[in-house]
Amino acid sequence: MSNAPPSIEVINLDTHYGDRQVLKNVSLSVNPGEIFVIMGGSGSGKTTLLNHLLGLLRPTSGTIRILGKDINTLSSLEMQDLRTRMGVAFQSGALFSSMSVGDNIALPLREHTDLDEMTIGIVTRLKLEVVSLAGFEHLMPAELSGGMIKRAAFARAIVMDPKLLFCDEPSAGLDPVVASSIDDLILRLRDAMGMSIVVVTHDLDSTFKIADRICVLDKGEVLALDTVDAIRNSPNERIQNLLNRRTEEAEVDPDAYLRRLLGEKEKHANQPTQGRTGL
Amino acid sequence: MKIESRERDGAVVVALVGEVDLQHSPSVRKHLMELMFDRRPVVVDMTAVEYIDSSGIASLVEAYQAARKNGTRFVLAAVSQPAMRVLQLARLDKVFALADTVEAGLSA
Ligand SMILES: Nc1ncnc2c1ncn2[C@@H]1O[C@H](COP(=O)(O)OP(=O)(O)O)[C@@H](O)[C@H]1O
Ligand SMILES: [Mg+2]
Repeated sequence: MSNAPPSIEVINLDTHYGDRQVLKNVSLSVNPGEIFVIMGGSGSGKTTLLNHLLGLLRPTSGTIRILGKDINTLSSLEMQDLRTRMGVAFQSGALFSSMSVGDNIALPLREHTDLDEMTIGIVTRLKLEVVSLAGFEHLMPAELSGGMIKRAAFARAIVMDPKLLFCDEPSAGLDPVVASSIDDLILRLRDAMGMSIVVVTHDLDSTFKIADRICVLDKGEVLALDTVDAIRNSPNERIQNLLNRRTEEAEVDPDAYLRRLLGEKEKHANQPTQGRTGL
Repeated sequence: MKIESRERDGAVVVALVGEVDLQHSPSVRKHLMELMFDRRPVVVDMTAVEYIDSSGIASLVEAYQAARKNGTRFVLAAVSQPAMRVLQLARLDKVFALADTVEAGLSA
């Protein structure tokens, strides 16, 4: 496993929003079968980095190789093909509200494969079993709780059996028990399918439980990149400050906050925001 | 991947060899469903499955359900480690009839 090529390689990534530099000289690599956690305070650039890894943003400079392919040199068709081998569980669930849970999960299979509808149905229900949502395929997303939406988003993210899975804040807004079940799910997926999994989170409990290695971002720079134990025992004062900071002020989720301000309906009812240790 | 079928003791032993993925699972499905249509007892030899994805598992599920309706034997035998982990992820190791060896599958 150690001499297999990395699933992700980022070399000297610089990126800007307008004039403002958001990521500074970021380099990292993710190994096959590794759970790689990107941590950092609010505004440190985690989501921006994730969007680059997904090929959704163009860097100012630097190289990003995903599953061996330099994504800046790919045609849009090649990029599309690569995307079918990557699964994404978005921060807010991002299910289509007009479709049943089952149809949401089946969508990538219907779009990207010629599989028989019988096979698609079985695979969809298999994934619901894996995320403990068996029997919920006919419900609409609005009928699910926050934790269930997250799990449904996972089911959709893994429906194509991706080699690489990205999760943005998988436990944000969930109570500790539900959050912990998502952590277990991430571990089981890696162990069974050998996926490489990149998790963006500010949740320390979750990070220490699932991570093989941790990348700490601070104001767009890689402050540290190491194993869980090394990060925990780091003598670096800035890292210790980050690790010891508790969430008296709950982390602001910009997506959710903007939706609230714009008066858009929250999809998930019943989301406690306190309770876990975080950056 | 390869699908190798041979007759043995009145049953059909279907060996799946290599990677059963999106590309190949439709032919696995077709092969197995034809045997189910003919009501043949089947032992699937999974020793040499290096990788199986969910569509491959789905093909096995569909065939197994057809066998149960037919009342014919359908056993997964000598399931390789990688395939077993995928079965376990969805708790299908508790659903399929499993045998440690093809011989055991034939006499089960
Ligand atoms: N679309 C955007 N336009 C301009 N600035 C942005 C945009 N998105 C994020 N930013 C800024 O970039 C920085 C990093 O944001 P983000 O990657 O969302 O951080 P994190 O996910 O770690 O909270 C923040 O200062 C944020 O305000
Ligand atoms: Mg973010």
